[in-house]
Amino acid sequence: MTSLTPPLTVQEPPRRAPWGRWGIQSAAWTYVTLLLLIPLAVIFQDGLKGGLGTLWHSISLPIAWSALKLTLWTSALMAVINAIMGTLTAYVLVRYEFPGKALLNAIVDLPLAIPTLVTGVMLVVLYGPQSFVGAWLKNQMDWRIIFAPPGIILALLFVNFPFVVRAVQPVLQSLDLESEEAAATLGAGPTTIFWRVTLPALWLPIASGALLSFARAIGEFGAIVIVAGNIPLRSQTAAVYVFGEVESANRQGASAMSIVMLSLAFALVLVVDWLRKRGRKDAEE
Amino acid sequence: MTTVAQSTTELNAASRRPENIRSLSAWRRRLLIGVVVAYAALLILAPLAALVSGAFAKGLGASLQALSDPDVFSAFLLTLKIAFLTVAVHGLLGTVLAWVLVRYRFRGHWLLNGVIDLPFAVSPVVVGYMLLLLFGRTGLFAPLLEALDLKVAFAVPGMILATLFVTLPFMAREVMPVLESFGVEQEHAAATLGASGWQTFWMVTFPALRWGFIYGVILTFARALGEFGAVLVVGGGIQGRTETLTLFIYRALDERQYVGAYSAAMVLGLLSLVLVIGTELLRKREK
Repeated sequence: MTSLTPPLTVQEPPRRAPWGRWGIQSAAWTYVTLLLLIPLAVIFQDGLKGGLGTLWHSISLPIAWSALKLTLWTSALMAVINAIMGTLTAYVLVRYEFPGKALLNAIVDLPLAIPTLVTGVMLVVLYGPQSFVGAWLKNQMDWRIIFAPPGIILALLFVNFPFVVRAVQPVLQSLDLESEEAAATLGAGPTTIFWRVTLPALWLPIASGALLSFARAIGEFGAIVIVAGNIPLRSQTAAVYVFGEVESANRQGASAMSIVMLSLAFALVLVVDWLRKRGRKDAEE
Repeated sequence: MTTVAQSTTELNAASRRPENIRSLSAWRRRLLIGVVVAYAALLILAPLAALVSGAFAKGLGASLQALSDPDVFSAFLLTLKIAFLTVAVHGLLGTVLAWVLVRYRFRGHWLLNGVIDLPFAVSPVVVGYMLLLLFGRTGLFAPLLEALDLKVAFAVPGMILATLFVTLPFMAREVMPVLESFGVEQEHAAATLGASGWQTFWMVTFPALRWGFIYGVILTFARALGEFGAVLVVGGGIQGRTETLTLFIYRALDERQYVGAYSAAMVLGLLSLVLVIGTELLRKREK
């Protein structure tokens, strides 16, 4: 996260005694250290105190490994679908006028306002075995959504819908139409223009939005625990696995999986940050 | 630009009209809009509608009766208590944090600025677990807590800490951009006219930050209302003692009290929606 502030000599607030300045700065540091840094440090200390070998051993147990694999592939598939549909949604919202556009724009933000547990409940009501849709899909198509990977992916798509749309939208809005016009002048069709001119200009926001949703999907719990249930080796994700290990007081397993999840998520957030910075630099040039 | 494009196109024969430049043919455009609208409707609106119909499946009376359960009431009360405390702490310290990050440059500024976004990427279950490692029976602070006769894990204080962790970024991230764009000229002017530091803050700076502050408070509050995983792990969801509204919904589903679970979920969802959308509307009108 870069700061947006210009050089700071002028930005200093007026007439503040130096002790006030130190006081307020240490208040901020204490607040963040107590609330964030100490808990995070403790989990790494707990999980790594047996060395990397123990950590690897805990992760490679069949149940843990399958939970991690399930989390990664469902999150990755979600990120791909979200990238495609999010880009299309942003494109339609920026480039076309149609009735209901304002409503669509509002719907994009809905998932941010709805608690993820409620999202899970919604999906169970719609696709659960007692519901009309759920029963029909199961009997006619032999598709199970709830307590199975499709339910996990739907839940992740719901929760992460805004991220790609809101990353792409402003960039598309500020995109210069000149290159698209030039391509058209040279005889390119609309599809060619989209693939060869528009899309390449959007890859940074698409990638950062999709990776951000991937990072958040790794830790998603509320929506998934309801939708996927807690069936080891079948529908148990990493977060649900940690929950189970905490419940059964298996500290080693819980700490090991937590560390893997935290490391993956932090690495992804760093990449997203880098992509955003690059995007801002591109925009300035 | 347009004229050049037009003249070239005219040379190019009639098939390429200038409108072609950035538009698909009408039916393809309609198809594209249709796909996007159908996706949003199926993904977001259909589950929403299903929840509302599920809550009222046995009639309005049954849902109201389910909601008048004393467990729902005590869960709602605890949820509100945690949310208000969270807002009180972050309202004050989150604003201080935003102030420090915008107004001062110091060693470690990048670190402070970077770490406050971490809660976005930490799984709520892991948040709850970290607090158990600190405050649980075998936790790091266990001897200290025992000496002071304090209970944090499986009690309300732990749930408040969990909610504080999860909602930490909102306040600072809402106040920072407003503070940044406000600048310091008016504060300097106030100081020149003899105002004290506090006077300047309350009479000049704070009114300018008002909307960022209010929006931060509402987002924090809404997020606190809906927190589930972290409070489940650290609080244990003990019926009547550490059960918030989300934990009640979880237990009701488990016990197959569907009307109660769906009705409570609907109320919680609606409350969060109204809060967030209401503030968005207010902010638009203010502009």
